[in-house]
Amino acid sequence: MTAILEMRGITKTFPGVNALENVNLRVESGEIHALVGENGAGKSTLMKVLSGVYPHGSYSGEIWFQGEERRFTGIADSEKAGIVIIHQELALVPLLSIAENIFLGNEQAKYGVIDWSAVTLRTRDLLRMVGLSESPATLITDIGVGKQQLVEIAKALSKEVKLLILDEPTASLNESDSDALLNLLLEFKKRGISSILISHKLNEISKVADSITVLRDGCTVETLDCRSEPVSEDRIIRGMVGRPLADRYPKRDPKIGEMLFEVKDWNVHHQIHADRLQIKNVSMNVRRGEIVGIAGLMGAGRTEFAMSVFGRSYGRRITGKAFLNGKEIDVSTIRRAVDSGLAYVTEDRKHYGLVLNDTIMHNISLANLGGISRGTVLDDMEELSVANTYRRRLNIRSSSVLQQVVNLSGGNQQKVVLSKWLFSKPEVLILDEPTRGIDVGAKYEIYTIINQLADEGKGVIMISSEMPELLGVCDRIYVMNEGCFVAELPAADASQEKIMRAIMRGREAPADEQAPREKIA
Amino acid sequence: MSTETVLAPGSGGGGEPLRVFIKRHLREYGMLLSLIAIMIFFQFMTNGTLLKPLNLTNLILQNSYIIIMALGMLLVIVAGHIDLSVGSVVGFIGALAAVMMVQFKIHYIPTTIICLAVGGLIGAAQGYWVAFFKIPSFIVTLAGMLVFKGLSLALLAGQSVGPFPPEFQKLSSGFIPDIFGGMALDGSTTVHVTSVLLGIAVPLILIGLNYRNRLNRQKHGVEEEPLLFFVAKNAVIALVVMYLGFLLASYKGLPNVLIVMATLIMLYTFVTMRTTIGRRIYAIGGNEKAAKLSGINTERVTFYTFINMGVLAALAGLIFAARLNTATPKAGVSFELDVIAACFIGGASASGGVGRVTGAVIGAFIMGVMNNGMSIIGVGIDWQQVIKGLVLLAAVFLDVYYKNKA
Repeated sequence: MTAILEMRGITKTFPGVNALENVNLRVESGEIHALVGENGAGKSTLMKVLSGVYPHGSYSGEIWFQGEERRFTGIADSEKAGIVIIHQELALVPLLSIAENIFLGNEQAKYGVIDWSAVTLRTRDLLRMVGLSESPATLITDIGVGKQQLVEIAKALSKEVKLLILDEPTASLNESDSDALLNLLLEFKKRGISSILISHKLNEISKVADSITVLRDGCTVETLDCRSEPVSEDRIIRGMVGRPLADRYPKRDPKIGEMLFEVKDWNVHHQIHADRLQIKNVSMNVRRGEIVGIAGLMGAGRTEFAMSVFGRSYGRRITGKAFLNGKEIDVSTIRRAVDSGLAYVTEDRKHYGLVLNDTIMHNISLANLGGISRGTVLDDMEELSVANTYRRRLNIRSSSVLQQVVNLSGGNQQKVVLSKWLFSKPEVLILDEPTRGIDVGAKYEIYTIINQLADEGKGVIMISSEMPELLGVCDRIYVMNEGCFVAELPAADASQEKIMRAIMRGREAPADEQAPREKIA
Repeated sequence: MSTETVLAPGSGGGGEPLRVFIKRHLREYGMLLSLIAIMIFFQFMTNGTLLKPLNLTNLILQNSYIIIMALGMLLVIVAGHIDLSVGSVVGFIGALAAVMMVQFKIHYIPTTIICLAVGGLIGAAQGYWVAFFKIPSFIVTLAGMLVFKGLSLALLAGQSVGPFPPEFQKLSSGFIPDIFGGMALDGSTTVHVTSVLLGIAVPLILIGLNYRNRLNRQKHGVEEEPLLFFVAKNAVIALVVMYLGFLLASYKGLPNVLIVMATLIMLYTFVTMRTTIGRRIYAIGGNEKAAKLSGINTERVTFYTFINMGVLAALAGLIFAARLNTATPKAGVSFELDVIAACFIGGASASGGVGRVTGAVIGAFIMGVMNNGMSIIGVGIDWQQVIKGLVLLAAVFLDVYYKNKA
């Protein structure tokens, strides 16, 4: 085995912080190398050093690539050497076509004039390699996130990639798209392309990785070899958090009370195509002290359902009724939904949850300005003490509540969004992917908060694409598919297989929109 | 990766060394320091003419309408929009006032009220399309700019209309009455006693408020301004205000328009920093989707910022007309550029969510002092434009530069 990449003794400091300290990373030729660690462990910084975002001279240590020492001056430089990084947030231009995106910055042109037939032909080849059956002329905005991810990879292939770096590639993909992506990596491996995979999803890592490097607090903890013997998820977690995490889900004794919140016969039409019925006759309920999960694949309509209930923030021509404590409530605007006692924690905290360039304090008070003001005049000391209370209670790691949220890690940002909604004093919380993109330790903290809320007698509705999480946290799980609720399972009886089976059965017979819901008791 | 600098814990006991504090807040006070530097420069270059009582009075009269509009423009910019029509609205309202008062002989009080209301309507008419139909404000107000320029031409039939009733002119050219009577200082100069007293009282009240605020913050353990800095800052500001007040008092006293302007500046500082509507405007500019999902009626708040802009533009129109004592078709041309420049020089962000009232006021004064100073030393109008353009670019560049460095 020869190493395609060796990073030796990499140290990178920011003012006041040692981001990386003497980190070593060795990637063998033709392997899939996983890089794991909690948020803030230094994974992204290490990859920025490798790809030249932090150019040579701004760090100390050596980078050896294909047998020679490299001193990259920028991304273009590292790409020329064959190192391509695909970021978590995709860098595609939505209103350009697939072909235009693939060759953006690398146009197939002579004297500045683009040779469109060459572009189309090469794009077809590349799309075939990544297993994407779309026309090269299709606009990026018209295809789903999973396919966009494949376009990114095709773009990398067009640059004669030798080492592919994927930063959380499956964070926003559903299970089948994730599988397709991972299989593609295995395919590349056969052709001799090495990859570095950064992921929080440990099951994926154990599926494809040949070796795993664990980072913690800016240092290399260990490199595990998966070829000789499989490495268990618990083993990886132990390396990441530095201690064995006995249980990934905190224990809780559910004390389920009377009926709290009900939605009946909920129908929603598509936001843009108003004649397309997107949510079909959904009814659901949650009791006091209960955590109810909504499972389903990406695109099943879970977020659309939740947002349509939360003050019609999604969809058109919405019909149906909502009840709180048996009384019908008005959820026709977001303000009214909030005032009625609903809260919705978005799946996309950066775009829909936070004012990033504002402080923790201002973000926490935003949904309940009335709670920190007399009349229309804000009481800043009251606001400060509220913010400090939630900072302590949710353990938001920050220098003070006056820190801008943009500087916080994903887990701490999520806690700020949660604080905002806790301060609005809701009865029912709808949590949409509350642990997306945050690390194992922070996830545990979020679960603990969710449990506390249920223990206080609130009703929690939790949407998640991670089935183990739903099974570990919820008391009852609804399964959603193509706009319908197709099953309702008590968590005690539920399993990943049962949920998948309910989804698949729903797929085979979607004709009857009013299919009686299957009860598995 | 957490790279943020760690704030000193607010212990209330002085916290960090003075030097570190000043370094960290240099950007915050950078614009104020630039204004002072520019004033000293021109005071020197004009051999002391800049701060002569007469010129100082003129400086305030010349810039009052720009500053008043900058208050409204700041809110519009913070909300993530822009208003290009304000210059035309100034012209249109001036024309309307002239037609009502001069041609129809309507009393100046109902005229003023109607003009302000019409300004609000103009703001509403434009804000309606921006807020509820999501048409970019750049386009809507560009249309408004053409429409109101045309309408003021039509109203005036292409001619200048004036003069205004003397009571109305007082809005711009009047001074507050001296209830104590003038006091002769040394035979030749008399001093406006009321103005002197106001010039002493206002800074003292402000110091009192600041001190109370500081005590309150200390009680909650969040005060991080070193005591020495607090004292020095307040002392300097108070002395400067008192000195300027005294200078004005030795001419004719405080202009009426200064009182209007100062009241509005304090009002808008309060609104932006301490009220729910202010907070909502910042949230909308920072992230409209998040603000909306937090239950804020983003459309309505945006609509209000445009109405507010319209009213302030109308007020500026009245002041400008009163100052010229005539309404001309050329009134207000390119005012919007000065107003917008003032906001950006003062640190507002073109992408919304960031900006301060005090910043916009300082920005307006930087432009105003440069106009005035360059005119006195005889720089031609051509080169004045060039220099002002470069100053705008330099100010925004410095802001971006320090933001990236921080």
